[in-house]
Amino acid sequence: MADILLRLAGVHTHIGPYHILQGVDLEVPRGGVSVLLGRNGAGKSTTLRSIMGLWTPSAGEIHFDGTRIDGQPTPAISRAGIAYVPENMGIFADLTVGENMTLAAASGTMDPQRLSWIKELFPPIATFWDRPAGTLSGGQKQMLSVSRAIIEPRKLILIDEPSKGLAPAIIRAMTDALRQLKETETTILLVEQNFQMAKSLGDTVAVMDDGRIVHAGTMAELAADNGLQERLMGLSLEVHQ
Amino acid sequence: MSSTAIRPKLVAASPAERLKSAAPLLLAPVLAGLGLVAIGDGATWLTLTVAGLAMGLMIFIMASGLTVVFGLMDVINFGHGAFVSVGAFVGFTVLAWLAGWTQSPAVMLNLLAVFLAILASMAVTGGIGLMFERVIVAPVYGHHLKQILVTMGGLIVAQQLIHVIWGPDAIHLSRPPSLQGAVIFGEAAIEKYRLFAVAVGLVLFVAMRHVLRSTRVGLLVRAGVENGEMVEALGYRIRRLFLLVFMAGSALAGLGGVMWGLYQETITAHMGSEIMVLVFVVVIIGGLGSIEGCFIGALLVGLLSNYMAFLAPKVALVSTIALMVGVLMWRPQGLYPVVKAK
Ligand SMILES: Nc1ncnc2c1ncn2[C@@H]1O[C@H](COP(=O)(O)OP(=O)(O)OP(=O)(O)O)[C@@H](O)[C@H]1O
Ligand SMILES: [Mg+2]
Repeated sequence: MADILLRLAGVHTHIGPYHILQGVDLEVPRGGVSVLLGRNGAGKSTTLRSIMGLWTPSAGEIHFDGTRIDGQPTPAISRAGIAYVPENMGIFADLTVGENMTLAAASGTMDPQRLSWIKELFPPIATFWDRPAGTLSGGQKQMLSVSRAIIEPRKLILIDEPSKGLAPAIIRAMTDALRQLKETETTILLVEQNFQMAKSLGDTVAVMDDGRIVHAGTMAELAADNGLQERLMGLSLEVHQ
Repeated sequence: MSSTAIRPKLVAASPAERLKSAAPLLLAPVLAGLGLVAIGDGATWLTLTVAGLAMGLMIFIMASGLTVVFGLMDVINFGHGAFVSVGAFVGFTVLAWLAGWTQSPAVMLNLLAVFLAILASMAVTGGIGLMFERVIVAPVYGHHLKQILVTMGGLIVAQQLIHVIWGPDAIHLSRPPSLQGAVIFGEAAIEKYRLFAVAVGLVLFVAMRHVLRSTRVGLLVRAGVENGEMVEALGYRIRRLFLLVFMAGSALAGLGGVMWGLYQETITAHMGSEIMVLVFVVVIIGGLGSIEGCFIGALLVGLLSNYMAFLAPKVALVSTIALMVGVLMWRPQGLYPVVKAK
């Protein structure tokens, strides 16, 4: 059995009166990219937020690298080694790009080597270092959000729809950058509706619907199996194929 | 990676946009100008303007903590006025102990006594702020109605405790000699204490801006005001940050209480809750959570109150409420709306 970095077992999450996650079972192997697919409203973002402790699951267990993290406060989960790139990017608009990066280095100092690597991955980070992050374009904000997540080495990065609302050229650049990120030790759990991007990055894949995982396997298997894609088509891939 | 794809693109702010964001900065000078036209006499205007700035800056000191507390954790603290009153009583007590220094003609001894009184009151109100947050505010995070009820309860308890400790009567205390009297500028007489209050207020504003812009804690506070969840997701405990801000805000309210008490030369247990009307007006005008907005709002309220007290005393208090309504019609979220991510 592969080394499992993150495991969700029977996770239920309620938001107010709504029962959103209805028993999510998900395994993310250490290393590489795991993709989470699913149509709008399937519960992908809620799954990431539950992992991050931004929603507290009402039942089930979440294990990360040998410890149980569900019920722990978000800062503790972050410090256990999980970084989060939320769907709305969560950048601090009022702060400069540099200040956003400074805060993201929770240890207090940025490793200069990592920083220059990031500036190579995402040149706008260097160009706009002293500009308020709120003045960046959508794609640049997304780059900043990912940069914040990788300024310190993390075991796992949760990325929620990095292609959302971006022009194709920017999506290609982002895909390239994530592919380079994949070469490092980091494990990525990627929520993505853009199947091209998902296919080119993903090693394993899980498909969600109605708050449950309805398919899990390797990306190669899904990419090769048109019948399977067809069966899941209605669930997630219709718009982007 | 295709560098063409993400070549940086700079979009300069248009002149109209710049004017829009700078507009609030012009309000205080514009109001001062209008005041000069309405009052006519330059010397009177100067006296009133300095009085207005002094009052505004003292209100700013009291309001600054409240606005950041709201911005950071969405907590409405109706008990904030308690720290103003307690601060004033502690400060006056210390000044009374140091009567030898406060009555001395030596400027340094006077100022040292005031400084020690301020230090003591800030330490006490900061400490009470710590307990207030832990015991009263923490259990009601996220529930506005409960916050209002519980913090008002805290205010009443504090006022009663002041009665128990210092007695039910107002306490009078004259300012030290070096803070009494006026200096003469041409034909205008300007009270020394008002200049002192303006100086203290400006120094604090500059210091606060420095902390919020150039220190890690300050950046975290600003980040937290915008998006507290993300601050937590980066690994910081926002509750701790909030406790720190709450304590600092309480200490500043205590400082404001001493300043205000010395201005009036009389303090009562209710002085805090009385001044809170203006404090809330200032916080709302500025935009909940914004220090800059709070600063400008305080100057506007101070200037307008003093001009109107001279021009039309009967409508002086109403005029500040009218100012608030006017600002909100122009900018419904206040002068500097704080962008909240959600
Ligand atoms: N704060 C909330 N309050 C109430 N319901 C919510 C909230 N957040 C999400 N939901 C509901 O939970 C369900 C799952 O939402 P979620 O955002 O996890 O879906 P998603 O798979 O990420 O969708 P998308 O592709 O649109 O981002 C949806 O039905 C949504 O309406
Ligand atoms: Mg989503």
